Amino acid sequence: MPNKKNYTNGLPDPSELKEEILKKYPRKVAKKRAKAMVVNDPSEGQEIMANVRTIPGIITQRGCTYAGCKGVVLGPTRDIINITHGPIGCGFYSWLTRRNQTKPAEGEDNYMPYAFSTDMQDENIVFGGEQKLKTAIREAFEIFKPSAISIFSTCPVGLIGDDVHAVAREMKAELGINIFGFSCEGYRGVSQSAGHHIANNGIFKHVVGNTDRERTGKFQVNLMGEYNIGGDAFEIERIFEECGITLLSTYSGNSTVESFAYSHTADLNMVMCHRSINYIAEMMEEKYGVPWIKVNFIGAESTAKSLRKLADYFGDDELKAKVEEVIEREMVKVKKVAEEVKPKVEGKLAMMFVGGSRAHHYQDLFNELGIKTVSAGYEFAHRDDYEGREVIPNIKIDADTRNIEDLEVTKDEEHFRDDLVTKKTELEKEGYTFKDYQGMMPEMSKNALVVDDVNHWETEKLIDFYKPDIFCAGIKEKYVVQKYGVPLKQLHSYDYGGPYAAFGGAVNFYKEMERMLATNIWKLVDTPWKHEPEIVGSISIEA
Amino acid sequence: MILRHTTKEVKERSALTVNPAKTCQPIGAMYAALGVHGCLPHSHGSQGCCSYHRSTLTRHYKEPVMASTSSFTEGSSVFGGQANLLQAIDNIFGIYDPDIIAVHSTCLSETIGDDLGQIVGKAKDDGKIPEGKHVVQASTPSYVGSHVTGYANMVEAFIKYFSFNTNEKIRQVNLLSGWVEPSDMREIKRITEMMNIKSVLFPDTSDVLDTPMTGKYQMYPKGGTTVDEIVSMGNSMKTVAMGEWCSKKAAIMLDNKCKVPFSLTDIPIGLSATDRFVQALSTAGKVSIPDSISEERGRLVDVITDMHQYLYGKRVALWGDPDTLLPLVEFLVDIDMKPVYIVSGTPGKAFEKRMAEVLGEKVPEAKFKNGPQADMFLMHQWIKEEPVDLLIGNTYGKYISRDEGIPFVRMGFPILDRIGHSYFPTVGYSGAIRILEKMLGVLMDRQDATAPEESFELVM
Repeated sequence: MPNKKNYTNGLPDPSELKEEILKKYPRKVAKKRAKAMVVNDPSEGQEIMANVRTIPGIITQRGCTYAGCKGVVLGPTRDIINITHGPIGCGFYSWLTRRNQTKPAEGEDNYMPYAFSTDMQDENIVFGGEQKLKTAIREAFEIFKPSAISIFSTCPVGLIGDDVHAVAREMKAELGINIFGFSCEGYRGVSQSAGHHIANNGIFKHVVGNTDRERTGKFQVNLMGEYNIGGDAFEIERIFEECGITLLSTYSGNSTVESFAYSHTADLNMVMCHRSINYIAEMMEEKYGVPWIKVNFIGAESTAKSLRKLADYFGDDELKAKVEEVIEREMVKVKKVAEEVKPKVEGKLAMMFVGGSRAHHYQDLFNELGIKTVSAGYEFAHRDDYEGREVIPNIKIDADTRNIEDLEVTKDEEHFRDDLVTKKTELEKEGYTFKDYQGMMPEMSKNALVVDDVNHWETEKLIDFYKPDIFCAGIKEKYVVQKYGVPLKQLHSYDYGGPYAAFGGAVNFYKEMERMLATNIWKLVDTPWKHEPEIVGSISIEA
Repeated sequence: MILRHTTKEVKERSALTVNPAKTCQPIGAMYAALGVHGCLPHSHGSQGCCSYHRSTLTRHYKEPVMASTSSFTEGSSVFGGQANLLQAIDNIFGIYDPDIIAVHSTCLSETIGDDLGQIVGKAKDDGKIPEGKHVVQASTPSYVGSHVTGYANMVEAFIKYFSFNTNEKIRQVNLLSGWVEPSDMREIKRITEMMNIKSVLFPDTSDVLDTPMTGKYQMYPKGGTTVDEIVSMGNSMKTVAMGEWCSKKAAIMLDNKCKVPFSLTDIPIGLSATDRFVQALSTAGKVSIPDSISEERGRLVDVITDMHQYLYGKRVALWGDPDTLLPLVEFLVDIDMKPVYIVSGTPGKAFEKRMAEVLGEKVPEAKFKNGPQADMFLMHQWIKEEPVDLLIGNTYGKYISRDEGIPFVRMGFPILDRIGHSYFPTVGYSGAIRILEKMLGVLMDRQDATAPEESFELVM
């Protein structure tokens, strides 16, 4: 086991740990896993294996395509009825369990607290479920009068060949509202990531561009890949509002289909979770000429950096001044808390295995407190999320990726923003970067161990080797890790705390780290009598 | 109003389920398998199923829940899942080293027609199952029954695989526990011990899903029914099976395979069901009921009589699983409450018949339904027509509770937002006192919170 005190001179080389982990595996498994574990060296362009199938029998963190599709883009969108077409389970498990806050205005629709399912029975599997789906859509329309309905296909639906898209078209014509389906069967693709792509395609095809809207502000933007966990979006929205930036639409925390429909009228797209939503940003640029930049509102420094980048894009002096004013004012509050917390937590070690961006972004918050990330990885990322977007052309397209439709997107002559294209060209000349994501590995320390699709056995070994002070993952990992006496912070749900985004969020996170890292609770694990000599018993009772 | 779209008027639905009062088979199979010592549940399908089940069970128990998956992709869905399962079995024994792998199917593997028995047979022939290790399988298609059905199927699968009658009768009683909490399993064992009956409780999730914090993680905790115990169930004197939906199948299997007769009782929730359980135990174990048990019963009746005025005539809406709803509703009727609306998504003909018997003349206005479209949306609509004083069910009731301002007691599965269910039993006589305490707690809190100042009382 490495000695934590030596970490000031750099992280220890975990190559031996990697060998130890691989030793346990059958030969073929070891060969595959070896490529998914990289001893990081940011000075070299290293390659990691990602977005490949999970090995059967290996206890993985991953979920499925349906979970990615229903959970990420439309799950947290409040003004649409999402019908899960399939047996009851999938609809039940995705009922309010991904933590998304939403704030409808008085009288606005919010269907998120409802779970809609066709609850397929064996006769539907044998004779087909299309009729039942049609009836379900009619019943949903009759009772709820929604303005849009979407359908999510589960595993058996794809197998028996129900054509949810045909049903959607027919019902759209019959009921006169927007109805569309997703072929997001759980077996498609290798993880939730496939579901994100399918959801992006569907929403782009059926919603984006449906309505136009008069300009409501001088600077109109969309924020993508922000899921409003613990009120993150509310905090970011507060900052935007103060700076005078109009947030047209968030994809997809505190979001509405109504706002997706006019989101193409924005001047800029900001992408936060690159993995889940870069597709829409890409397609919107092709079709409407709206450029996109990568931002990160996790961490106070990152927030300031992203806000400045946004102000630079618009190049407006008044906006720039306002942004600086907000940053300065907010930073005073942030620094005050950071100074209190940092001495108590500095030098601690963190590990994180979550999602497709959090494992990267949260390292910024930890850095601000002097907490080192010794090992990290994503649950459902692709190589570009690790190595940076420049590797995209080198990524081999395999059969599992081919299963997902790649939309043909063409220029929308009427709405295309030539002015934005010109703006982009000019800014690029000045060195401003668009469509850029550096990825996690270049930003991590040398010798940090990067692991894709981490599994239970590897988690055990990592904990044993690094003895981390804090572990970030999800609910399935939480209590396993805590049994080792290591506190776990859920980054999918924030353990029902938060927000952690932007300046106010950073303050919350620092305080949360103080609670988790400076507490004595974990010292209560051992009994007081563990190290005491045993009391010698006697059979006679002494008076 | 969070559920502001719920209409008062009940419209007939034949296809759409809204806010289900059930979930799918595999999660039940996973829970049952966790009640076996040294067992790793395995989900034969795509990753999402396993992930969802682990997440839900973890949130309910706040404990590690381990399970593996066959990780289907499109190819396995076309060519069948045999290769995936064979590889999984190999990897699981090599890496995680369980004593038993309990494989259950999903709607995916069922629809493509994977034959688990054949695949597991092949794994055995190919030498992928090490000496002394086991692979048990159950068919649990999600489009049949509910999570309760999956639980029953996995319990039956274990009995079918392990239990043997070697003609050496053992003076012990089999207890099929039904889908209850680890705390309830502990309580059932305590009651049986009080009666001096040697028993095997199966499944048994105590010491599996309520393990102590020691600073060490154990993938296979000390709890769970052992293989030897399950084997020995074939030689027992009698089986007491708790819950028609959860345990009847396994009881019949034991009877057919090993000639162990069974008596089917309710899960001992409330007074009458516990009475019947204790009597069934006494008959099965051929022992008389000790005074200590009668005293526990007496304490329960004492509490009921003391508190009757606060309970009498209160209207209650309930949702959940048939095996827990039936005895619970009977208990409410016993104490003069009025369970007026009851839904259970779990199908089964016996439900309506038995509910009618329990509610019959005492609560003629009661509405109850199970099976398709017997969901929480329907129940909420009934409540909107005429309100109730109390809600009892799983966590998802909190939305109705808040919108309608109705006191709410959490019982059933899943409970995602509170603790206690894994630690404090609701079965047996003392469990019934806890149910009373919970109901009285929320009813009196409501009275305190809403009473005009002049009628706000210190003593109740």
